[in-house]
Amino acid sequence: MISRVFALLLRYLYLYRRSLARSMEVFFWPVMDLLVWGFLTTYLQTVAAPAAVSYLLGAMILWDVLYRCQQAITLAFTEDIWTRNILNVFVTPVRTSELLLATSLLGVLKSLAPLVLLMTLAWAFYSFSLFAVGASLGPFLVCLLLFGWAVGMFTAALILRFGQAAEALVWGVPFLIQPVSATFYPVDVLPAWVRPLALALPSTHVFEGMRQALRGEAVEPRWLITAFGLDIVYLGAGAAFFAWMLRRVREKGYLGRLGME
Amino acid sequence: MAERVLEVAGLTKRFGAVTAVDGVSFEADRGEILGLLGPNGAGKTTTLQMLLGLTTPTAGSARILGLDLARQRHAILQRVNFSSAYVNLPYNLTAYENLNVFARLYGVRRPAEKIRALLELFEIPEAHDRVTGALSTGQQTRLNLCKAFLNDPEVLFLDEPTASLDPDIADKVRTTLLRLQRERGVTMIYTSHNMPEVERLCDRVIFLSRGRVAAFGTAQELRQKMDRGSLDEVFITIAREGGPGSAR
Repeated sequence: MISRVFALLLRYLYLYRRSLARSMEVFFWPVMDLLVWGFLTTYLQTVAAPAAVSYLLGAMILWDVLYRCQQAITLAFTEDIWTRNILNVFVTPVRTSELLLATSLLGVLKSLAPLVLLMTLAWAFYSFSLFAVGASLGPFLVCLLLFGWAVGMFTAALILRFGQAAEALVWGVPFLIQPVSATFYPVDVLPAWVRPLALALPSTHVFEGMRQALRGEAVEPRWLITAFGLDIVYLGAGAAFFAWMLRRVREKGYLGRLGME
Repeated sequence: MAERVLEVAGLTKRFGAVTAVDGVSFEADRGEILGLLGPNGAGKTTTLQMLLGLTTPTAGSARILGLDLARQRHAILQRVNFSSAYVNLPYNLTAYENLNVFARLYGVRRPAEKIRALLELFEIPEAHDRVTGALSTGQQTRLNLCKAFLNDPEVLFLDEPTASLDPDIADKVRTTLLRLQRERGVTMIYTSHNMPEVERLCDRVIFLSRGRVAAFGTAQELRQKMDRGSLDEVFITIAREGGPGSAR
């Protein structure tokens, strides 16, 4: 099993090594986001909101972890559809669990590499250190990676079902989650009827906890406990949905067609 | 007595109201090349996809290498392989990188040596460090075949492997496939629209028409049975009228 997971991971890493555009993309957009948000919040700090830099930059950097992780998983499947290689993969003895594990590990790599760069740049340009979040930073990152895996599995399942027609989901799904996750503002800002939905997402609890930490307060354990609990639920549901969709695309003959689109 | 490696019984696939494959049954022995022929839409691709575990049959069963496809798919996939003119390897990886990934997926020992040997066998050693997308169509097709032989498959599913090749390269590919069949006893399920190629390669052929087996036998038997001078004529007759075994 490990050798097959390694083989799949190798295939994705070859792709990034081989393509300068793809490698740059991993770092380019996060850095551009950081610069725009950073300068904006620096300006806001001068006019009204002294804590804006830490809240917004912290949220932006942590959000990128979730986004990159989800994107790595879904792009791995989309790449195989683009290059008409997906049938080659599905006629090997690789198991669904191995495929998901390999793409999830890729998600971790693709999230953590820009994270290091963003943290360094945030410190260099805006004197903001994500370590200000304190001891909760590690668990927060893990919560976001787990949620990124879950969202990635849901999206990848839809891509298997709808093929290239669903490509927009690779980039679009995280932005359905972002406004509800209270990423850049407290959950209280959301309309009352949206709040239960927000609190049903693990990311909301991470961002609430992050803001609490950046205010210099002790992070309430409930944020982390709820986030982890929800992560487990979403991961289970994501894996089950992916497996169900794979069975369905086999039954409907979509998998065969997918490789020859 | 020949060893039976493929037993297909009543294989059926329905997509809603459409029956793409309707109770297809056939067998293949070790080392046999079996042609799976028929006009477009006859059910060849759906049959192949069911045998590769890509599409779940609505009814019927298949045993490959003595294993039940429905319950032992992964064990079967370890011992079979597939190549199609319509399925590519990622164009942005080198030939070596592509083959290395698949070698590891199949658990091939000493993959670097195996890859070099296969590239030599299919006469494309120069492709080793070249990006797949920069290879000619003929080189890419042969690279696909290298992928298909990485795990020394006992059963190989080939979907129009020589489509889009020039006659010279197509002939080289056919010669290599025949050599591998003889030397290694590989069973091949072969789809093609090139009837002279089928006559040269295939020990027996199955003609599908509207999802059913319309005719089954050696090329010579079918020519005689249908009183036609060539397999091309047999094909045209079956495509237009159905075969001797057809329900029509």
